[in-house]
Amino acid sequence: MMKSFKKILTGALVVAAVAGAGVAQALTLNGAGSTFDNPIFQKWFYEYNKQFGIQVNYQSIGSGGGIQQFISKTVDFGATDAFLTDDETGKVGGPALNIPVVMGAVCVSYNVPGVDSGLKLDSDIIANIYLGAITKWNDPAIAELNPGVNLPDLSITVAHRSDGSGTTNIFTNYLTKVSVQWASSVGWGKAVKWPLGVGGKGNEGVAGLIKQIPGCIGYIELAYAKQNSIPYASLKNRAGNFVDPSIDGTTAAAAGALKHMPPDFKVMITNAPGAQAYPICGFSWVVVRTNQPGENSKALVDLLKWMMATGNGEVASLYYAPFPDSLVSKINAAISTIKY
Amino acid sequence: MSSLDETKLVENEGGLKQAPSFFLFKWTQSIGLGDVVFRNLTAFFAFLVLVLAMLTVAALWINSGPCIKAMGWHFLSSSDWDPIQNIFGAVPFVYGTLVSSAIALLIAAPLGLGISLFLTELAPMRFRDPVAFLVETLAAIPSVVYGLWGMFVLAPIMRVYVDPFLHGFIGGPLFGEGPTGLSLFTAGTILSIMILPTITAISREVFEAVPNVYRESARALGATSWETIQLSVLKASKAGIVGAMMLGLGRALGETMAVTMVIGNTPKVDINLLAPGHSMASVIANEFTEATGDVYLAALSEIGLLLMGITLVLNIVAHLLVWATTRNFGKV
Amino acid sequence: MTFDFQTRRHFVDRLMVGLCGLAAVIAVVPLLSLLIYVLSQGIQDLRPGFFIHLPTPVGIPGGGMGNAILGTITLIIIASLVGLPVGIFAGVYLAEFGKKGRFAWIVRFVSDVLSGVPSIVTGIVAYTLIVKPMGNFSALAGGVALGFMMIPIVTRTTEELVKLVPHSLREASWALGISQWKTVMSIIIRTAKNGILTGVLLSIARVSGETAPLLFTSFNNQFWAGSLNQPTASLTVQVFTYAISPFDDWHHEAWTGALVLLLMVLSINLAAKMFFRNPRSLLR
Repeated sequence: MMKSFKKILTGALVVAAVAGAGVAQALTLNGAGSTFDNPIFQKWFYEYNKQFGIQVNYQSIGSGGGIQQFISKTVDFGATDAFLTDDETGKVGGPALNIPVVMGAVCVSYNVPGVDSGLKLDSDIIANIYLGAITKWNDPAIAELNPGVNLPDLSITVAHRSDGSGTTNIFTNYLTKVSVQWASSVGWGKAVKWPLGVGGKGNEGVAGLIKQIPGCIGYIELAYAKQNSIPYASLKNRAGNFVDPSIDGTTAAAAGALKHMPPDFKVMITNAPGAQAYPICGFSWVVVRTNQPGENSKALVDLLKWMMATGNGEVASLYYAPFPDSLVSKINAAISTIKY
Repeated sequence: MSSLDETKLVENEGGLKQAPSFFLFKWTQSIGLGDVVFRNLTAFFAFLVLVLAMLTVAALWINSGPCIKAMGWHFLSSSDWDPIQNIFGAVPFVYGTLVSSAIALLIAAPLGLGISLFLTELAPMRFRDPVAFLVETLAAIPSVVYGLWGMFVLAPIMRVYVDPFLHGFIGGPLFGEGPTGLSLFTAGTILSIMILPTITAISREVFEAVPNVYRESARALGATSWETIQLSVLKASKAGIVGAMMLGLGRALGETMAVTMVIGNTPKVDINLLAPGHSMASVIANEFTEATGDVYLAALSEIGLLLMGITLVLNIVAHLLVWATTRNFGKV
Repeated sequence: MTFDFQTRRHFVDRLMVGLCGLAAVIAVVPLLSLLIYVLSQGIQDLRPGFFIHLPTPVGIPGGGMGNAILGTITLIIIASLVGLPVGIFAGVYLAEFGKKGRFAWIVRFVSDVLSGVPSIVTGIVAYTLIVKPMGNFSALAGGVALGFMMIPIVTRTTEELVKLVPHSLREASWALGISQWKTVMSIIIRTAKNGILTGVLLSIARVSGETAPLLFTSFNNQFWAGSLNQPTASLTVQVFTYAISPFDDWHHEAWTGALVLLLMVLSINLAAKMFFRNPRSLLR
């Protein structure tokens, strides 16, 4: 017993010594937050590391977690699908900037046997489905928008997120803007009290629900719908046109929202004006402190500039929408205010 | 040697009177420095267990502050879970945790005991190690894999075959409609698979430790296999089996990843076992990383605190049960 | 009427034996389903490069989970260093000195309650104790969180199995003049080795499959962790992150990671049993 104990102990100490000796480290930046940003961040930081040798270590623990860690100063930057509230800004303990870095579309996806694609929906129908007022797929309101489509007499199973999420934030924000009843009875946020429906964990959970359950409807990020070949609905936007969730539709929404964009970028671009704007999309922001000199801050500023200059051009392959140039210049102006 | 005090004699395993071990010990040795150090060292580690528990409770208590202040006792009686309005109630989660864990234990306990009995008493030698190895493999599967398997394999089976069968065959309020396959019942089933290795492995060890003498004496009296097991193995292993069950129950109460993918995540109390539900561990895991806002985070911490409290109560109940049933053990 | 009684006895006997066998069969079914699922999904990407390379973004081939594999091994070692001594010695205390007295009773109770704490809560405790004061995520914090989770399991199993060692062994040892502590360390523990090992392996299997406590402690790392005081990748976190993404090639990697984790734990099981286990015939 003692001999084996000693063996284990020696082995462990060797590992610890090797690990503790520490490989010579290049400068490392740590970031945490949104899962939405993760795929593009991994791509960006991989290339950035190859080009500049700086390690940017990002972990998608969730927007809320990202903000918490940012406030606790355990990470250099946070990434979040919901901009900092006044409460949180107060906790940061210094000036901070919310910088939009990516944006994406949220689809309304469905599993209706016999309807493989091209279902048209509008804001009233979606709100009523999620409020429980419309319960069957062959409801007259849906049939009216989709003449010629054979809608089955099937109950609608509503799927939503069980975890807090930026996607929910965007979706419920849209519903709040378009439905007075939703605004008064539920509201918007990363987690809400859903009137009805089953909860799936993460986008993949909701995607799984939609795929498995005939008659299911749910909201998921564009990437999940495309990658899993789940049909999505064309939505009627503010201008009255039916638009598919797409990269172009999202970029159009950002351009449409640009006119009323506040300087601190704290805006939800749902239900944006514009002929081709897709109504359910949103930003994801990186949160940084503006008043913390040091080599980490300089590295962060360089990274952000690179994201706007080079990174922005690569996003489409992963289903994010590139920022229009007008927005990029506004963001660059904000980045230049960060002191380092 | 001190003189023998007849009144202090106790009955040993063979039914003979002998001195209690402690006195035997005292009479044959003096307590040396090594023993003192040993006793204190091990006591220290036992104390560390207490320290860990105190730290956990303290962390949860402190973090729950804002919610305790905001919701008070309503937290324990309300079924509302509204992060926007900052109104929180724990009832649906408590219900879900208790029901799913009960189902898990109801399924896994007899299965686990059956398997371990099979492995230690009944199976031919060449089957034992392979089957045991298979059961231990179950323990090595990460919980996220259980969750994915549950969502893509188990839930559809439930939705298409099992739930309609239960609804049609038994029905009643307990087995109503199960349209999605995501339910407390599915969660209980997957939990039972997850706690099975724990119960089996520990029960197996406990059964192995029963001296052969017991089995042989029962056989010599003409007992069948089952009677031998009843008389010699089960009776002697009660405490160990309870220990196995407690650990299994603990795992079931605290399991998050697998449960959250099959339970439906709907904070509602529904007597229908085939309807979606929620559980305490699930809601914490789901919402903690995204939660912002003091009361919201505190509500989740308070659920964690509540879970510890419930585990405590269940343990007390289990101990009382064991005490009540073993009281008459000595008197055959 | 004794004839009916005998028939009934034998019938019950056959029935129960049959049921026990059935139980074994029922357990094997979901297990095979799970294993086939993991194997079929995970085998596609399993190649030597997986064990050596760092993760790559979507669309860039040749990635691996080398850092995650090393990270998981590191975490298991740290967790064992924290959890095993506390668990084993506490279990020994409860078995040897804990038959009476409130302290022992409380410790036993508390240990059971701790086994029901959700892993994410343990992670939060480790976060509050280690990450926050140090100001950064670290492998150390992750290992400690996992070690915390091991303690209740190891304590309980050690206690139960040390208690089951027949008293006659103890008394024989004392009769030979061996002091109590030597009796326990050399003889009792050695006899109960199988059982203690089972508890240890159960706890290692359990914690190596956990994700939630690592999110706030060891965090994750896309690169090799330079020291114990830096965030480290781990198989479970990496698998989880990839599994919840929309991309198929990340999904494949996730399954391969899960398969590697499963194989790793099984290897630890096998290796430990080969080195440490008593032959089964020792007690019987």
